[in-house]
Amino acid sequence: MITIEVNRKKYQVDVSPNVPLLWVIREHLKLTGTKYGCGISLCGACTVHIDGKAQRSCQILVGEAQGKKITTIEGIPEDHPVKRAWIKAQVPQCGYCQPGQIMQAVALLSEKSHPSDEEIMSVMDGNLCRCGTYTKIKKAIKMAAKEVRK
Amino acid sequence: MSRQLTRREFLRLAGLTVAISLAPSGYRLLSAEEIAKDKSFSPNVWLQITPDNIVTIVVNKSEMGQGVYTSLPMIVADELDADWKQVRFEVAPAGERYIDPLSGMESTGGSTSVRHMFEPLRKAGAAAREMLVSAAAKKWGVPANECKASNGMVIHKKSNRKLTFGQLSERASSLPVPQNPSLKNERHFKFIGKPLDRLDTTEKVNGSAVFGIDVFVPNMLYASIERPPLYGAQALSYDKEAALKIAGVKHVIDVQSLSYGYRGKAVCAETIEGAWKGRNALNVKWDRGSHPELNNESLHTTLIEHLKKDGVVARNDGDVKLALKKASKKVEATYTLPYLYHSTMEPMNCTAHVSPSGCDIWVPTQNQTGVLQVASKITGLKPDQINVHTTYLGGGFGRRFETDVVQEAVQLSKETGRPIKLIWSREEDVKNDLYRPANSCKIEGGIDEKDLLVVWSHKVVVPSIFSRVFPQMMKNGIDPAAVEGIANMEYEIPNVYVEYVRLDMPVPVGFWRSVGSTHNAFTVECFIDELAHAANKDPLEFRLSLLKNHKRAYKVLEVAAEKAGWKKPLEKGQGRGIAQHLSFGSYVAQVAEVSVDEKIGIIKAHRVVCAVDCGDVINPAIITAQMQSGIIMGLSAALKEGIELKKGGVATSNFNNYELLRMHEAPEIEVHIVRSREKLGGIGEPGVPPIAPAVANAIFAATGKRIRRLPINAEELKKT
Repeated sequence: MITIEVNRKKYQVDVSPNVPLLWVIREHLKLTGTKYGCGISLCGACTVHIDGKAQRSCQILVGEAQGKKITTIEGIPEDHPVKRAWIKAQVPQCGYCQPGQIMQAVALLSEKSHPSDEEIMSVMDGNLCRCGTYTKIKKAIKMAAKEVRK
Repeated sequence: MSRQLTRREFLRLAGLTVAISLAPSGYRLLSAEEIAKDKSFSPNVWLQITPDNIVTIVVNKSEMGQGVYTSLPMIVADELDADWKQVRFEVAPAGERYIDPLSGMESTGGSTSVRHMFEPLRKAGAAAREMLVSAAAKKWGVPANECKASNGMVIHKKSNRKLTFGQLSERASSLPVPQNPSLKNERHFKFIGKPLDRLDTTEKVNGSAVFGIDVFVPNMLYASIERPPLYGAQALSYDKEAALKIAGVKHVIDVQSLSYGYRGKAVCAETIEGAWKGRNALNVKWDRGSHPELNNESLHTTLIEHLKKDGVVARNDGDVKLALKKASKKVEATYTLPYLYHSTMEPMNCTAHVSPSGCDIWVPTQNQTGVLQVASKITGLKPDQINVHTTYLGGGFGRRFETDVVQEAVQLSKETGRPIKLIWSREEDVKNDLYRPANSCKIEGGIDEKDLLVVWSHKVVVPSIFSRVFPQMMKNGIDPAAVEGIANMEYEIPNVYVEYVRLDMPVPVGFWRSVGSTHNAFTVECFIDELAHAANKDPLEFRLSLLKNHKRAYKVLEVAAEKAGWKKPLEKGQGRGIAQHLSFGSYVAQVAEVSVDEKIGIIKAHRVVCAVDCGDVINPAIITAQMQSGIIMGLSAALKEGIELKKGGVATSNFNNYELLRMHEAPEIEVHIVRSREKLGGIGEPGVPPIAPAVANAIFAATGKRIRRLPINAEELKKT
């Protein structure tokens, strides 16, 4: 049995410790907001927070995540400035990569409340969007940053 | 907000229901009562108003980013004079009842959703509005023409009385459905033409939107398939027993699809990790396949060799041979483009549950009709015993028109007797695509002594998509996609010759966002630029001079150029390029500004200005988003994308060797909508074609070097 803490809730899962965290979150806990995209940390669709830092859950084994605080898109409050900005800027198209984008952006703003364009791009560059919503993501992050600073 | 409902559920709901049935003579509008009575008719659009004041619109098109769950409800809501806050959408099930009246299929593609559904949806909304108004007039004992629907209510101004749609819904449902409701004058549109927020944004932001990969069915098994790594490869050996020893593994099954050939060996297990572990344990050894000599170099040689072959003539105006002989300047160029992978962010997946009495399929599909057909063939069940649950699509781009993953999941469920959730890995998704065809063109053009373009001869070598997908649409051996955008190019040239040479390769090809226009716009718009240069004309002026009788193409070029500041000087190392293309009924022109660092070989497109004329405008925010999206996808393809073939298979495997455009490479994009009031055009695809040639032409402006091969190789632009 593996015990992990996701969104402040403790789960016991009967799974081998070497299964990627992503699949435990998705297929065992059924928290499906976290997406599978590539399995090699090149798309960012599976981004979650581990102890507050944005991480690719496809690269972390569930055994390694024990004892850590895991947050998924479902654990970000609905009124969080980033979620609100995403809606206001009407960012999503197909929407599949957006939970990962949002998790990355939330982590960015928790470290830097006033990111420059360069900082936004260097942090968000690891998150692919095939629909090409990059311009709107940038806009939403700036909108959210203003809210965070208030 | 979105869920799927059954016909029975829908009818059980109280209130006013309007459906539209398809008849050869036209549409027939129906009430709930008529729907319940008559089982033979096929209503394809549903609208329901319930006493709780909720207006529900059933959408028969798949949502893959293009906003149909918003644009289609907007059309109904406008004619209905609904309160937008009370509008909800439901996803249509698959079946005859929901086919697109123009395509005859329930499918989403060809940028047709709004174009095909505009008229029937307006009629459904208008009919319901007239019924609600009549119901109110009857209740109040006043003439109907004194009553007016507005913002979810019917109002009688004279007596200052109001009733909500919800209050009127039951009463209205007993009235006959008007067959020819009067449609609004376009000046009175309240939602159509406005940038309304999408109805699906919140669930896509909070992670609750259900994509195919997010489906769970009780008692399901997970499946994973070990696929032939090379075209035509057969298994030499494998270890079934080793796979069956892995915890949770229940079955090892050979998958032979209906229409995609042999698919490999599936491992079905109680958990996803069990399915993968079992699959690895199979340790399949494959032979060298059917085309061990196939690689990128041999593909290139084959394309070039086929340029020497005779093909089918798709257009022949004037006398091209004579005109080329007499031309005072001749230009000739050969272009080569690669196979492209769709790269939907959600890999292919399907969940299927086959039982002796029925079949349920949960799938992100663009092709419900195709899913029904193949499921019926595989299971032997009748289409009405099969339920297709369309989920959100994590990208479509034409890839999800195919039913390969559905055939696999349905076969596995049939054989195991358990629900099957089949998820492809990214590697499977890359290697088992039906790609945008690789292709090559040889073009010759001639200019007369007055520097006018008088002749264009264009031979295109390209594998055929339609011969597999819609063979009935092949005409005289011509695949419409192969010559789309060439045979019907807008430019007025007295002598035009277009020839198509079909190339058959083991690499399967399919619809890739904007299809033939993805490659033909590139070659046509790059070559017209080469001709402009040969004629010593400005590329914009040269194009405009050939479009005097083509107002819409002329206008979008003019708008894009003006907004971009076409003549404004740029910094050293920068260039500006332009291109225009008509596809799917819409005219799009784009101006790209690029910077080229010839020392280190870096290209950056930093600004794109786009003008689009798609006729009537439903939701300008969605149009703008679709243009931005098409530009990013087209730019990604131009700068980075191409499949690598090696030893008879696809060597490309994941985003490490099939790179997509990332945020730092995305240009600033300006979109200008030219409101022409002309016939509706599509919007999902037409943003893609012009960007690659606009960028290539900009690179020429910056460096004097022509790009005739994609993806653009920045290394080759280095100054040596």
